[in-house]
Amino acid sequence: MESITSIIQISIAAVLIQNFVLARFLGLCPFFGVSKKLSSATGMGMAVVFVMTVASMITWWIDTALLMALNVEYLRTIVFILVIASLVQLLEMIMQKITPALYESLGIFLPLITTNCAILGVAILNAGVNNFTGNPFTFVESTINGIASGIGFTLALVLMAGLRERLELADVPKSLDGLPIAFITAGLMALAFLGFSGLSFFAG
Amino acid sequence: MIAKELKRGIITENPILILALGLCPALAVSTSVKNGLGMGLASMFVLACSNVIISIIKAWIPEKVRIPCYIVIIATFVSILQLLIKAYTPALDSQLGIFIPLIVVNCMILGRAEAYASKNNPVHALIDGFVMGLGFTVALLILSGIREFLGSNKLLDLLVIPGFQPMTAFILAPGGFFVIALVMGVINYAQRKKGA
Repeated sequence: MESITSIIQISIAAVLIQNFVLARFLGLCPFFGVSKKLSSATGMGMAVVFVMTVASMITWWIDTALLMALNVEYLRTIVFILVIASLVQLLEMIMQKITPALYESLGIFLPLITTNCAILGVAILNAGVNNFTGNPFTFVESTINGIASGIGFTLALVLMAGLRERLELADVPKSLDGLPIAFITAGLMALAFLGFSGLSFFAG
Repeated sequence: MIAKELKRGIITENPILILALGLCPALAVSTSVKNGLGMGLASMFVLACSNVIISIIKAWIPEKVRIPCYIVIIATFVSILQLLIKAYTPALDSQLGIFIPLIVVNCMILGRAEAYASKNNPVHALIDGFVMGLGFTVALLILSGIREFLGSNKLLDLLVIPGFQPMTAFILAPGGFFVIALVMGVINYAQRKKGA
């Protein structure tokens, strides 16, 4: 039972309370770069969920079985980024071979994901301490954290794309056109997401 | 020449405010001037060091695997920096948190490696690293100054206007987005004025 509560807590926290984009400021480049069209936002979101989940699982194993066992935690940053970069390449090749249809739709987003700080971010967070239990993340917890963080990212990205498609038609002051108005929109969304902090379990 | 380079890094090609690179750390740590300055200097250190090394060994890096090579070089300096910050300024370490390791994926650093260091000699790459890092730091100082003042009525932990009610939202996530939007808007406005 303990683990189920912890899983629910992690998911709600990662999707809503500590949303990767709107509360933690991770993955802003793709958030502003790919949110101009709803269809590409959905594609990017799916690709991020996928890579984040796999990356969480693999980096957790490497961290526990290799880095912590050998007492070389200071190599984390280098090892994680290499793992993520090669993982993305590998996934690209596997997808091309096995599911060409999926590759067609997600393929172009995969190279962009290597430098998406949200992926490295979730791997580093998983190497830290779970705020709810006070213990290090277990394998299941870090996998869930990966999935949920990806979903949170997708949620913010898709909402943003919907808003920006409408903004195209709006009469925006010339100086704010483009990136500034997108920032203001994101700020308003972040303000709305701030309301979820009322759901916080951190105190309990 | 130095003055021209400085102008390029801080004003005409400012990494955050003009090129919109490295937004994640810029918004996440600009909650107080102290954090902004720490992050700015840390990024400048990594940028300058990685620029020099990449520029020195550029002839030996095979074209196809250059991006992974750059990332490894950058990650090495980030790890060095991480250990240094942990050892000498533990307070800054806990404030910046995961954003220190995340300097690796700061697109400004990889961008400069690809666009500048891989094509120029080490001295120029070093200067480029310094001025771009300086531009990053200046932008962080502007953002964090506004946010710290509006959000907690302080600058460098000193009270600014007694009796002014600070708006906490500005040091939280939404404020970061609003402040950078307004700063960029002001820059756009100034540029349009100049052009017209």
